[in-house]
Amino acid sequence: MTAKDLKKISRENLWFNNPIFIQILGICSTLAVTNLLTNTLIMTLGVTFTAAFSNLTIAFMKDWIPRKVRMIVQVLIISFYVIIVDILLRAFLPEISKSLGPYVGLIITNCILMGRAEAFAQSNPPIPAFWDGLTSGIGYMWVLMAIAFVREFLGFGTLFGFPVAPAWFPQWTIMVMAPSAFFLVAILLWIAKNRMTGGKA
Amino acid sequence: MSPQIAPLSLFFASIFTSNILLANFLGMCSFISISKDFDSSNGLGLAVTVVLTITGVVNWAVLHYILFPLGLYYLRFIVFIIVIAAVVQILEMVIDRLSPALYMTLGIFLPLITVNCAILGAVLFIEIRNYTFLQSAIFSLGSGLGWWLAIASLAAIRKKVDRAPVPAGLKGPGITLITIGFMAMAFIGFSGMLKVQ
Repeated sequence: MTAKDLKKISRENLWFNNPIFIQILGICSTLAVTNLLTNTLIMTLGVTFTAAFSNLTIAFMKDWIPRKVRMIVQVLIISFYVIIVDILLRAFLPEISKSLGPYVGLIITNCILMGRAEAFAQSNPPIPAFWDGLTSGIGYMWVLMAIAFVREFLGFGTLFGFPVAPAWFPQWTIMVMAPSAFFLVAILLWIAKNRMTGGKA
Repeated sequence: MSPQIAPLSLFFASIFTSNILLANFLGMCSFISISKDFDSSNGLGLAVTVVLTITGVVNWAVLHYILFPLGLYYLRFIVFIIVIAAVVQILEMVIDRLSPALYMTLGIFLPLITVNCAILGAVLFIEIRNYTFLQSAIFSLGSGLGWWLAIASLAAIRKKVDRAPVPAGLKGPGITLITIGFMAMAFIGFSGMLKVQ
């Protein structure tokens, strides 16, 4: 595995094979918190951490995991890291941990983690697997941060909690609620697809 | 402290105004990929409802009678997911034994369900909102039915949308997401009247 391969993995995961654009995978656990940038950042950092380390662990252990039970073993490895994320959040960021509510635990069932474990970590050496998990997490992070940026700015007139919009700026209540997230993902998907295919799909 | 909420309003709130899929975004992955086909959507909806109701109740009991007394609260994520996997596995064997016909419709969806976010999500909501036993049972049944309703209606809508002239870049998942957005607006439109907690 050379540096060139690693570069190829990152390009794939950040843009051409971005989990959100290609298959809309993994939005379950995080889309709900995208109305605030801070929450989104913490959540996606949690996903990135879990993806990177669970990929690393699975790649190390793959020869000892019997094929028949590999799914449940993968889920257990993932939940192990999610518990670490949860405990760290409770200890150092109790406010954010509270506002994220059940969504931290839901990182376990985030489809991206299982997807990367099955598709990459299962059949590759540890270091590239770690890199793959890390870049998938970052590819996921930038898309959701873009959505959160629009939702928080238009919905509350703030960015990371700091007021930036002028006082006359009307706050869009719809941006705080669930439907706007669906519309924004659809619009981003549209833009991304058009750029990738040059307008002719 | 358990929230004071009448069983009937909890039931309707969990189906409509706080629909686990449209208001909380849980179970999206299978929602978008399966809703291409109406019959599969129906099958998956039924399977989710059954599994969600059973795991909601079982996990409530596990949390209150095993995890709290033994001080193992921090292990809850792992325990919940194992319970869900076990329930799915047992259900698969029971259905296979009792009704091969039902197994043919449900069987292929059951393994998918272990990692369906809606199942674990409902369990975590039950834990965080401190529901009583009865409330947990009603909430999990209602959430399952709500999920079923959402996926079945989306599948029916998609049949028409697939034939509509949509911009190329928006075809497939894009227009589906916009449809889901409109459905979400319709479902949570009355959330001032009914609340889950």
